[in-house]
Amino acid sequence: MATLEIKNLHVSVDTDQGKKQILRGVDLVIKSGETHAVMGPNGSGKSTLAYSIAGHPKYEITDGEILLDGENVLEMSVDERARAGLFLAMQYPVEVPGVSVSNFLRTAKTALDGEAPKLREWVGDLKKAMTNLRMDSDFTERNVNEGFSGGEKKRHEILQLELLKPKIAILDETDSGLDVDALKVVSEGVNRAKETTDLGVLMITHYTRILRYIKPDFVHVFVAGKIAEQGGPELAERLEAEGYDRYIKTDA
Amino acid sequence: MAQHGIEPHSHGLVPLQTRNERPRSTSASDFQEINNRQEIWRYLPMERLNGLDAEVMSEVSASEVAIDLAPGVTAQWIDSSAAPVGSAGLPEDRISAIAWTNASKTLLVEVAEDSETTNPTTLTLSLEGLDARAFHLFVKAGANSKATIVLDHAGTGSLAENVEILLGAGAKLDFVSIQDWDKGSAHVSTQFTRLGRDSALKHVVVSLGGDLVRVTPSAALDSPGADIQMFGVYLADSSNYFEHRPYIDHIAENCVSNVAYKGALQGAGAHTVWVGDVLIRETAVGTNSYELNRNLLLTDGSRADSVPNLEIETGKIEGAGHASASGRFDDEQLFYLMARGISESEAKRLVVRGFLHEVVQKVGIAEVEDRLIASIEQELEQVGV
Ligand SMILES: Nc1ncnc2c1ncn2[C@@H]1O[C@H](COP(=O)(O)OP(=O)(O)OP(=O)(O)O)[C@@H](O)[C@H]1O
Ligand SMILES: [Mg+2]
Repeated sequence: MATLEIKNLHVSVDTDQGKKQILRGVDLVIKSGETHAVMGPNGSGKSTLAYSIAGHPKYEITDGEILLDGENVLEMSVDERARAGLFLAMQYPVEVPGVSVSNFLRTAKTALDGEAPKLREWVGDLKKAMTNLRMDSDFTERNVNEGFSGGEKKRHEILQLELLKPKIAILDETDSGLDVDALKVVSEGVNRAKETTDLGVLMITHYTRILRYIKPDFVHVFVAGKIAEQGGPELAERLEAEGYDRYIKTDA
Repeated sequence: MAQHGIEPHSHGLVPLQTRNERPRSTSASDFQEINNRQEIWRYLPMERLNGLDAEVMSEVSASEVAIDLAPGVTAQWIDSSAAPVGSAGLPEDRISAIAWTNASKTLLVEVAEDSETTNPTTLTLSLEGLDARAFHLFVKAGANSKATIVLDHAGTGSLAENVEILLGAGAKLDFVSIQDWDKGSAHVSTQFTRLGRDSALKHVVVSLGGDLVRVTPSAALDSPGADIQMFGVYLADSSNYFEHRPYIDHIAENCVSNVAYKGALQGAGAHTVWVGDVLIRETAVGTNSYELNRNLLLTDGSRADSVPNLEIETGKIEGAGHASASGRFDDEQLFYLMARGISESEAKRLVVRGFLHEVVQKVGIAEVEDRLIASIEQELEQVGV
């Protein structure tokens, strides 16, 4: 049982015009087994929240706390956070030239477990996870994200989710750019991880269609750097119908 | 006629000179004393030359070169005034001329005609003192032969070297020159290659250690259908100055040249220089040529100079291009790897290995690749990246 607590999180970035405040007091608690959906207009700070949890150096935490099972996440380096059980499926996964998927995955698994996985088991797990995600086996010989299509990149993120078995996963628009079949395949992957490891999920999305496959327990409306409203799955339906106008007006 | 020679305005030191106008001579007095005002010595840290510019020096002795021959390959020391010495190229600069004059003996390594071996022949030159020494190697690959030759430089030394490589018609040769010197060493190596009709040379330069290492490989493509691949990998830390100047001279028709050098630098004071010259002469119809240099700077305070020069004297070519770039570590790549639990040092190692991989894998000789990967690991380990 893991708990990720985000308290009064304020985050800014350095821009050419000086410091820019993006997150303005985010409060959120995610527990193992729970699925939270975060929806909000472009530029409202959703990815900033995701990156801040993962520890991207670009984002400066100016106030607030992030705790994982009571431990101060903000004091951890990026890799320590991952080893503590946090995972970020990125909106724009990065290409790493010359590093093969198979080498990358094995290195990551070894780093997380503190020892190299048993070869036969690992090969078996990898093969199975890839078959489940309908990924060609020759993918492992390709360089990380290099020349991957948008959908392939997202599958690759979920492949990592399944193999690396984190406690809490943040999925930043994992559903964007996926066709209907891929959406289903990727959702199944997330649901498998939820079932087998009691994963807690924070799912950033613009669309309710993924919520048909991955059922959220909570929906948060994210506007102008904080959570403007929270509710159950019905809130997502309402957002789809009405948009964010209501929040933006009251905010102004 | 299009000319993309050395840009005069970039330093204002030398007049624009096309690459083939440089004088050739085995006599040091035909060349100016070395100074940084001449383009070819422009970047050189003179204080690290360890006397390699002195007109008189002793030569490498037979006992300092360990020779491990593959079947079909022979080696002997011959008089440097005898044939075939000088048939692959003649000095274009002062240190090369000095080395030429001071090496009275030449190590002649011959691959028999029509012979084929997959085992590499290795020549290991190790020195144990900083006094300047001259060395001359001649590699002759007989017609339609196929061989691999590795020239390995190790120990502590100051070496002025000429390497000549001559390929007969239809010969295929992989030649690797490894510079893995200990601290304090200086090495200036001029490597002339001349390719026979339809022959193919893979020329690989690996620079890992030495306070001053300067390798200038040139290819005279004066027989039709020749194919040269020049690859280079280097890893420079604070103590290293590495300079590589590949030069491809397209003279005959339908030749192919491909140059790709990649280097990683780390630590304050690490300095690498790459100047790639390609000259496509009026006679070189049907040429296909490409040159590339990329540098990865792992820390602040290191410097990579990269200058591709392309001179084209005929429009009737298949293609000619170049690319050159030097960049810092990509923080986004590091973040991505670290976000999967991989430590910063391991992530950096993955990125560096990945960066060099493109060239390393082209070496295509298992033993050399393994050794290269091990050296890269060791280098990265040493400086704690
Ligand atoms: N490095 C940066 N420099 C300047 N502005 C930045 C930087 N990073 C983020 N921002 C700004 O912060 C705001 C929030 O960006 P963020 O990527 O978190 O939005 P988002 O909610 O994920 O949007 P989307 O739905 O389009 O993915 C945007 O206005 C963005 O331009
Ligand atoms: Mg976003």
